[in-house]
Amino acid sequence: MNVFDIIGPVMIGPSSSHTAGAVRIGMVVNKIMNEMQPESVEVTLSGSFAQTYKGHGTDRAIMAGIMGFSSDSEEIKSALEIASERGIKYSFIRKNIPGAHPNTALINFLMPDGTSGNVLGASIGGGNIRVDQINGMKVEFSGEKNTLLIMHRDQPGVIAEVTNFMHFCYGSLNICNFHLSREERGGNAIMTIEIDQAPPSRLIEDLKNLKDVDNAILVRRI
Amino acid sequence: MLKYESIAELVEAARQNNITISELVLKDQADSMELSTEELYDRMLKSYEVMKESVGQGMKKDQKSMSGLTGGEAYKVKSYAERTGGGLCGSFISGAIARSLAVAGCNASMGRIVAAPTAGSCGILPGCLISLQEEHDLPEEKVVMSMFTAGAIGMVIASKASIAGAEGGCQAECGSASAMAAAAMVELMGGTPAQCADACAIAISSQMGLVCDPVAGLVEIPCIKRNASGVMIAFSSAEIALAEVGSRIPADECLDAMREVGNALPTSLKETAGGGLATTPTGIRLKKEIFGTENQ
Repeated sequence: MNVFDIIGPVMIGPSSSHTAGAVRIGMVVNKIMNEMQPESVEVTLSGSFAQTYKGHGTDRAIMAGIMGFSSDSEEIKSALEIASERGIKYSFIRKNIPGAHPNTALINFLMPDGTSGNVLGASIGGGNIRVDQINGMKVEFSGEKNTLLIMHRDQPGVIAEVTNFMHFCYGSLNICNFHLSREERGGNAIMTIEIDQAPPSRLIEDLKNLKDVDNAILVRRI
Repeated sequence: MLKYESIAELVEAARQNNITISELVLKDQADSMELSTEELYDRMLKSYEVMKESVGQGMKKDQKSMSGLTGGEAYKVKSYAERTGGGLCGSFISGAIARSLAVAGCNASMGRIVAAPTAGSCGILPGCLISLQEEHDLPEEKVVMSMFTAGAIGMVIASKASIAGAEGGCQAECGSASAMAAAAMVELMGGTPAQCADACAIAISSQMGLVCDPVAGLVEIPCIKRNASGVMIAFSSAEIALAEVGSRIPADECLDAMREVGNALPTSLKETAGGGLATTPTGIRLKKEIFGTENQ
């Protein structure tokens, strides 16, 4: 915690959890879509999100994040209109997700090329978030640290390949949290790697080029 | 490095170095964030500028919240005070009330604000600081510096008790904001670090047990007006501290008590809209009007 966690963040109101945190959940989706525009999104709002989203602008906040607007952006208020102008189809469903944190959203997205994915995230207070699932696979990161998401195939040596590369090419990078999740043995897998430092500009491109890595995404410290 | 685990730590470190809490904290935070003091100062200055913009936004006559439940409070207070030569409290205090309502109203209408420490309590620090700067013609640099004192007090509260309504009730949000503002104002008026701690203690004591009971779960009723009350408590606490009255219960013990009281509050009074004003007949009716019956 630092002084700007108390005097801050600068944000669009009215609620750090229901608005600013919601933008950040949307922002994770934006990063996972490589900051591209989706064809359509379907957002399931659970718990308190479902109850009060209209008055808190949670729907607008999530759409704003999906389109890449930050939590202090004036565009949040008109995010639904902007999404319509851009031709993004969207729908909001209110449905409780069993066992989920009270402020949880499940965002399914479909890209113009037919690929799809989803993110399950919770707004846990003060604008902080916790991402629980990506594409149905369990992850756990907060966005408080710079986070690398490495999509790859589950096979021996990939973790070593990625972490060795990080160490030998960018020696000062320090991993402070690591989590691995996979669909099934030999199937799709995700590494969640939180790092202490600001990532070097070429790191993500370099990681994408590794042999066994399908995709690498950086979710910058928010 | 400071731990921000007690107010006494801040007071003692400032006293030993013969500096203000803000000077102490600016340097400490620059060290721990590995940034220069200039960078941190500039970032805080930007926050102060955003606060002023929020006042401008929320002071408009046609300001209206997303739900339509609230709007235009700041404009009305300001107009009344102007019309009556300062209203009941005089132009300084009525101006501070209007500013706090403006920032809280700006928040409710999806405008840009600085959470301080939260969005729900975002009007208290700007209401106090902008008004004090104007009234006493203070240099902006001093005011921006005082925000580091406010921030440090908030960090200790977050560590010892809570700054989240869902955890500690409104005492954690508006109570914390009042304590932060009171300490900052004491420093701005030339008070000692120990007096900053007293102001914090008095403000926390004054809002001990305040529940979080938002109508329809929205950050509007009673949140917006509680920002104005928080400003008044910040002023009275700072005034009492500056007069060297002191607090019989030390600030850190007040924060321990605040945590205990927060834990003892039932969930229904911690941001769930399950009690207090939220479940009054009118509170329930307003909720129905906004969300319809599907949310019952």
